[in-house]
Amino acid sequence: MISTLFKFHGGVHPPEHKLESAATPIVEVPLPQRLVLPLRQHVGNVPKLQVAVGDHVLKGQLLAIADGMISASVHAPTSGTIVSIDEQLIPHASGLPDLCITLQADGEDRWVEHRALEYRDLPKAAVLEALRAGGVVGLGGATFPSHVKLREDAQHPVRTLILNGAECEPYITCDDRLMRERADQIVRGIEIMQYLLGAERCVVGIEDNKPEAAQAMRDACRLSSIPIEVATVPTLYPGGGAKQLIKVLTGLEVPSGKLPTEIGVQCFNVATAYTVHRFIHHGEPVISRVVTVTGKVARPGNFEVPLGMSIAELVQAAGGAAPESTGFVMGGPMMGFNLPSAEVPVVKATNCIIASAPDLFPPLPPAMPCIRCARCADACPVNLQPQELYWFAKSSNLEKARDYHLFDCIECGCCSYVCPSRIPLVQYYRYAKSEILAADKAKQAADLARERNEFRLARIEREKQERAAKHAQKAAGAKADVAGDEAKKAAIAAAMARAQAQKAEVVPQNTADLPPAVQEEIAGIDARREAVNEEKQEN
Amino acid sequence: MIAALLVMIVLALLLGLVLGYSALRFKVEGDPLVDKIDAILPQTQCGQCGYPGCKPYATAIASGEADINQCPPGGEPGMRALADLLGVEPKPLNAEHGEPKPKSTAVIDENLCIGCTLCIQACPVDAILGAAKHMHTVIASECTGCELCVAPCPVDCISMVPIPEKVSNWKWRYPVIELKQVA
Repeated sequence: MISTLFKFHGGVHPPEHKLESAATPIVEVPLPQRLVLPLRQHVGNVPKLQVAVGDHVLKGQLLAIADGMISASVHAPTSGTIVSIDEQLIPHASGLPDLCITLQADGEDRWVEHRALEYRDLPKAAVLEALRAGGVVGLGGATFPSHVKLREDAQHPVRTLILNGAECEPYITCDDRLMRERADQIVRGIEIMQYLLGAERCVVGIEDNKPEAAQAMRDACRLSSIPIEVATVPTLYPGGGAKQLIKVLTGLEVPSGKLPTEIGVQCFNVATAYTVHRFIHHGEPVISRVVTVTGKVARPGNFEVPLGMSIAELVQAAGGAAPESTGFVMGGPMMGFNLPSAEVPVVKATNCIIASAPDLFPPLPPAMPCIRCARCADACPVNLQPQELYWFAKSSNLEKARDYHLFDCIECGCCSYVCPSRIPLVQYYRYAKSEILAADKAKQAADLARERNEFRLARIEREKQERAAKHAQKAAGAKADVAGDEAKKAAIAAAMARAQAQKAEVVPQNTADLPPAVQEEIAGIDARREAVNEEKQEN
Repeated sequence: MIAALLVMIVLALLLGLVLGYSALRFKVEGDPLVDKIDAILPQTQCGQCGYPGCKPYATAIASGEADINQCPPGGEPGMRALADLLGVEPKPLNAEHGEPKPKSTAVIDENLCIGCTLCIQACPVDAILGAAKHMHTVIASECTGCELCVAPCPVDCISMVPIPEKVSNWKWRYPVIELKQVA
């Protein structure tokens, strides 16, 4: 058992609303007819397409392969035919369409050939490569490709592996149910992760509002071949943030702009450990996930959903949305966003769908002016000065916002939650962050353009000089070669004389068989031509 | 008295030597101000400012020849950054040099292109690929949107297409509170 726990700064206690969906076991939803699989389901490069319209694919078959280091593959969640590859709405805060593969299920649900990986017999790099091809990404919500985080780094060895089962965000219970029902499989995944990272210590952090999950995990960990601790941490939002959980469990703070590995810690979601196990021990890539459906639905609960199923169908599986429901939120109430449509598909990042209604999430009253009460600073789990950041973001003073460590903000929403003036602070920070990132990109593009322009000018200058040098050389050569010219002319004259002589020797072959009269005529013509030529030469 | 004078003279000579040496040793190549200004300019190399590129415009600003409000691609933020750097008052962009436009890239209609290479010669960043009597095309990722290739094209096959908003370049909006009519 873990002896000491630490505290992170700030945090809030929003109403939990977990009981509605946590009571019932995970239900496997019936296979939908049509699946829409966005290529962009993770952080990093868009994977490369491996199929074309009309192809028949099997369950688990590769549809798009990871492109580059930070990327993840996409697989077919069931067998069927690719009916289209086009832009469709995806679950993204922008509400913009992106490239998606549409798969028409054939109902057979036939698996592609797949097998377990003897990971201990393989070099670690090969296992990581397999995870990259298996589409394994962090399922806590950030969807960062896991194979990158599982790399052993000689400079920063990972001493502590933390498994995040805190699930601090209200309404969401998918990790809770997963830990209660599939604890042994999660532990198998942790064993693989521990082996890959060479971590000395493994800790599972679970908030104390999930005693059943903690007990299940404790029982499963006892049977494990490696020592895994299970720690119950106090329920406090956002205790499930990676940096916050690391602080609570180890007392170590991840420095600003650094990765947890630099203090010897790596953190994964428990659902990620589960998918690692499914992939390594069963060869199953990430083609489904557990999603909490709650809010204004008839039967809130958790569902094992194939990726690509539309939200509307998923909500139907939960008994349908109540008539007063006005839309759907993906993620929790603190960090989630409104879906642009109910037709968007479930993706790897979809941990929770909340059917919202005005009485559940009342619209924000108009923001009042900031009164500098600094309650946001008290609540901020990363020790920022949200009120200052707000001023800078509001006035688009982006450099200053960056100086005040805007990029350490985890957008948890604690500041907006406690603000007595109801200022949508996080929206300001998101605006400022994306403006800064766009400006940085523009700066890079400008630097490249400058470099290209300078190179072009240098090239033009160089070509000019080369041409000038060539001309100078030619001019100098012309003067020096007068004597040489005479020799050349003589050679040309000799060659022409030889050609003349050859021409004279040639006798036309096709006149031999002609009648004498015609031959005479030809001879006459030749004679006249000779005479004319001679006349010409004399002239 | 003499001793004091001597000390002062020796000191003056010594310091003079040090200064003279450091002037040679730490000589700054080029004008650092020009580089600083050039770093702010958007490097479209479009020449809308009246100078044949961003660097010449930067040189002109540094020498006081040009004003800070002649760069439409840099827009208002660029002008503000220049004002900040030079310690002068910001002023509205000079409309004579054009209006800021949404960022675009040049697109060659490859069915119409006759392969004359005029656009290739006009491109300040070598972002057009092609050869004489062969089709040309724009390397979109390198195109700065300067529009310099549009005018030379004898068959008008180059158009400027604004960069569309995609998931990859989408930005969070500035928060606005919707006003609703209640009565």
